Amino acid sequence: MVSPAHFVALSVILFVIGGVGVLVRRNALVVFMCVELMLNAANLAFVAFARMHGALDGQVIAFFVMVVAAAEVVVGLAILTSIFRARRSASVDDASLMKY
Amino acid sequence: MTGQLVTGHIVAAGGADIAREATFWILAIVATAAGLGMVLSRRAVHCAVLLAVVMLSLAVLYALQGAPFLAFVQVIVYTGAVLMLFLFVLMIVGISSADSVVETIRGQRLWAGVAGIGLLVLLTLVVGHAAIGKAPPASASFGSSNMTGIATLLFTKYVFAFEVTSALLITAALGAMVLAHQERLSPKPTQRRLSRERIGGGHPTPLPGPGTYARHNAVDMPARLPDGSTSALSVSEVLTGPADAPDDAQPGDPAALPGETAPADAVPADAVPADTVPANSAMSSQEDA
Repeated sequence: MVSPAHFVALSVILFVIGGVGVLVRRNALVVFMCVELMLNAANLAFVAFARMHGALDGQVIAFFVMVVAAAEVVVGLAILTSIFRARRSASVDDASLMKY
Repeated sequence: MTGQLVTGHIVAAGGADIAREATFWILAIVATAAGLGMVLSRRAVHCAVLLAVVMLSLAVLYALQGAPFLAFVQVIVYTGAVLMLFLFVLMIVGISSADSVVETIRGQRLWAGVAGIGLLVLLTLVVGHAAIGKAPPASASFGSSNMTGIATLLFTKYVFAFEVTSALLITAALGAMVLAHQERLSPKPTQRRLSRERIGGGHPTPLPGPGTYARHNAVDMPARLPDGSTSALSVSEVLTGPADAPDDAQPGDPAALPGETAPADAVPADAVPADTVPANSAMSSQEDA
């Protein structure tokens, strides 16, 4: 039987991959995808803990995380579209007006 | 040590448990590899497809852990809705958009890698210190009544959070509409104006279809003209990518966006607003010559 520790380890690996992706990538869309990967990794840990405790609360929390992630993606992609309209670029480096 | 434990487990366990083990290990490798590929691949479309692979394998892992409801929500909401939204925005931003390999901040990748390793070590230590016990034998709430149990929790203990979620979703929908809304800068073209532009634009007939007299008839294959040259008019400008879009287009000009002309695929290209018509007529006059 696969223990919950295996699932938590996989979720740690996926979370770190997503975090490195957020730091490394320049395309704002890919940065968003990496954030989604991190949220999914957290969900996997929630489900593993729910199974470990034999209670369904973790699954409900994972469900809420999914809802919030969906709302976040909708608003984030709308912001991305409007930035692309103004600047014709989806790179996170180009939106640096506040820097100087 | 763990390996011996695991093998001992496999020997002791039945066929179903072996299947679970195999499913977990295969999907863990697939998900990790796809996640790494997502971070490493340069094209955004490849990233989206690899993210779909990760999400689908995570859905199977949810089902493996007695969460069939979450598995289906994962497939429907994440893979079905969120990822499709990503792909739609990708079409607007440009299908061929690739990251530049130039580092804008010196040593950024190196330090990002160091930070990633640090995060991995930190999280591994935390998880290693936590007492993660074995899973109890599957209780009733993890079987066929999983959905009933989640619904009971959702509408009793978490009912306030559930209601707040509805407010969040409405706000998100409204915010997306406000942010993505675009004022029409030029008046809506009338049928009279469109027909005048079509007749006066030098190309009144329908545009040539792709692939005519070419090697194959894929939509991105330009048609061959009688003299053997290729016809640029036969390929939709959505497929040629935003790199070919004119750079002198004004920012914020609605007609200059590739996403704006994307739905015009089925319509003749002459039907787009007046700003793009000179380009089309110039191309057709070149071909006529």
